[in-house]
Amino acid sequence: MFDKDSLEKIKEQKQKYQQKLETLTAKRPERQEKFVTDSEIDINTLYTPEDIDHLDYEKDLGFPGDYPYTRGVQPNMYRGRLWTMRQYAGFGTAEETNKRFRYLLEQGQTGLSVAFDLPTQIGYDSDHQLAMGEVGKVGVAIDSLLDMETLFDQIPLDKVSTSMTINSPAAILLAMYIAVAEKQGVKQEQLKGTIQNDILKEYVARGTYIFPPEHSMRLITDIFAYCAKNVPSWNTISISGYHIREAGSTAAQEVAFTLADGIAYVEAAIDAGLDVDEFAPRLSFFFNAHLNFFEEVAKFRAARRLWARIMKERFGAKKPKSMMLRFHTQTAGCTLTAQQPDVNIMRVAFQALSAVLGGTQSLHTNSRDEALALPSDSSVLIALRTQQVIGYEIGAADTVDPLGGSYFVESLTDAVEQKALEYIKKIDDLGGAPKAIEFMQKEIHTSAYKYQQEIESGKKIVIGVNKFQMQEERPKDLLKVDPEVGKRQEAKLARLRAERDNEKVQKMLQEIERAAGTNENLLPYFVEAVKNYATLGEICGVLRNVFGEYQQQIVF
Amino acid sequence: MSEKPIRVLVAKPGLDGHDRGAKVIAQALRDAGMEVIYTGLRQTPDQIVGAALQEDVDVVALSCLSGAHLHLFPAVVEGLQKQNAGDILVLGGGIIPDEDIPELKEKGIVEIFTPGTNTKAVINYIKEKVGKA
Repeated sequence: MFDKDSLEKIKEQKQKYQQKLETLTAKRPERQEKFVTDSEIDINTLYTPEDIDHLDYEKDLGFPGDYPYTRGVQPNMYRGRLWTMRQYAGFGTAEETNKRFRYLLEQGQTGLSVAFDLPTQIGYDSDHQLAMGEVGKVGVAIDSLLDMETLFDQIPLDKVSTSMTINSPAAILLAMYIAVAEKQGVKQEQLKGTIQNDILKEYVARGTYIFPPEHSMRLITDIFAYCAKNVPSWNTISISGYHIREAGSTAAQEVAFTLADGIAYVEAAIDAGLDVDEFAPRLSFFFNAHLNFFEEVAKFRAARRLWARIMKERFGAKKPKSMMLRFHTQTAGCTLTAQQPDVNIMRVAFQALSAVLGGTQSLHTNSRDEALALPSDSSVLIALRTQQVIGYEIGAADTVDPLGGSYFVESLTDAVEQKALEYIKKIDDLGGAPKAIEFMQKEIHTSAYKYQQEIESGKKIVIGVNKFQMQEERPKDLLKVDPEVGKRQEAKLARLRAERDNEKVQKMLQEIERAAGTNENLLPYFVEAVKNYATLGEICGVLRNVFGEYQQQIVF
Repeated sequence: MSEKPIRVLVAKPGLDGHDRGAKVIAQALRDAGMEVIYTGLRQTPDQIVGAALQEDVDVVALSCLSGAHLHLFPAVVEGLQKQNAGDILVLGGGIIPDEDIPELKEKGIVEIFTPGTNTKAVINYIKEKVGKA
């Protein structure tokens, strides 16, 4: 990127600078012997044009909106429209969550993001024995279309976009969403939103799997095919590094394992007979925004460039949209401390800023009290306001990729990409992501343990935990889920099972069981069944009969 | 004098899939010389009790971040007592609000470790309570 003469001059001057630096540090040693990023990339004292001299602007950076999208997926990014401010929310019953949704929309939030409780995510109805104690805890309990109708009451589904953190039973929840929309008079082709639908990272890091990989992959490709035809604006998957990072991975591992999962989905869809440019434009991604600020910005840029190259070179994608890595970001829950929880507001703000400087399409900012409990209304409001300060007050959204061209950030972008590529190669050698689940788990655990050891040795500083501790009282106004939620859901289910046309439901379930054993697309069956108020647990139950259940390999 | 090492079952009751903390604790206990068995995810209280008996452990360390601890932790203690294994030390960890801790302790979970806990604190606590290794 620079002419030879000026590079030579810079080299000469840098030697002088190095000498000066050595004299200085001999007298006064630096704060640390070595500075490294979370991914263990060495950080130099200074970066100069020399460090990015190998970059080819056109080939490696390009213009925003153009391949390889390093600088962003849209030509003018946030100058046109800010990112979607989308707070993940859900707890208790559909009534309560509907109230929180409407509160957030009134406060200027621009998209919805549904958190489901664990029984819903694992395909059990609220009255199942394994659901005891878990109903409504980490999200809203959805058993049937009845709950889904309440959840979106007075929320126009042709106007908002909705993201649903649902994986194993994603196809069934999508079917319910389509059915609610229809009742509102909204056609499926008008629907906008995302289902997470990323099963591979469930096996690797998040744990809400139901079926074995091959059957899960079939459900996913069924969704790709159905949506390409019927719900064209729907993001059919959100390939997630977020939970991989939360489980303890480094930034480079986050990119690598996420994109390796992405490669597996693309391969599965192509194997199922789909054309890459038919489904790839609807793939989306989900990343973590962690503490190491510049490496995070570099990570987002590296992920975009790497994915574009994979789609073009490996899969021969032709449509620009197939090569664009669009992503949602959430700030890192695992960096929140129970100690001095208000300090979390600052952590979240910096993490959110890194996501914006990295070009995210949507963002969730965590609340300060999440290491203690589910967030309270007042904490959620501060979290949302943090995004609004970044968007409206500090000018961070006024130009595209403001850190592009920074010697340091470009050099880090390269380094993260390199490290991620090496991992992807390793996973390829193991036979692809579905065969590398235990490998990824081991790598993540090793990083997580090292992180903890560094905190305990004081090498990594966490304010309030191993430095600047204070005597303090824990905050008292924490949100508590009504312990009666489970009972209310059970009663609601009992009523539903008494009032619906059970004969019809049974017939629908038999149809699903039959179709699951063939290679027919299951989505139309799910849509019909949920419209007749078959429950999520009943549908997953027949699928469990046909597909079996995944048995976790314990890696530790 | 070579005493038998302390045996610990690290268990994930309920549907919660967050096991970063459980695995880090398990590794730290193992590095401290204890024999550690990790159950993996999605264990019912009955399964945990069964594993504790079968593995003949001194300690059961439960981890739950989903908010179902008030339901799940006491069920493990009860199960152990029913099997005449009430002497097994039961510890809990995870996102546990302060106000729930007295109830858990009353129901026999002897100590609760919340986010930010140093693994050495857990190691020392177990060594002191079990009094060997």
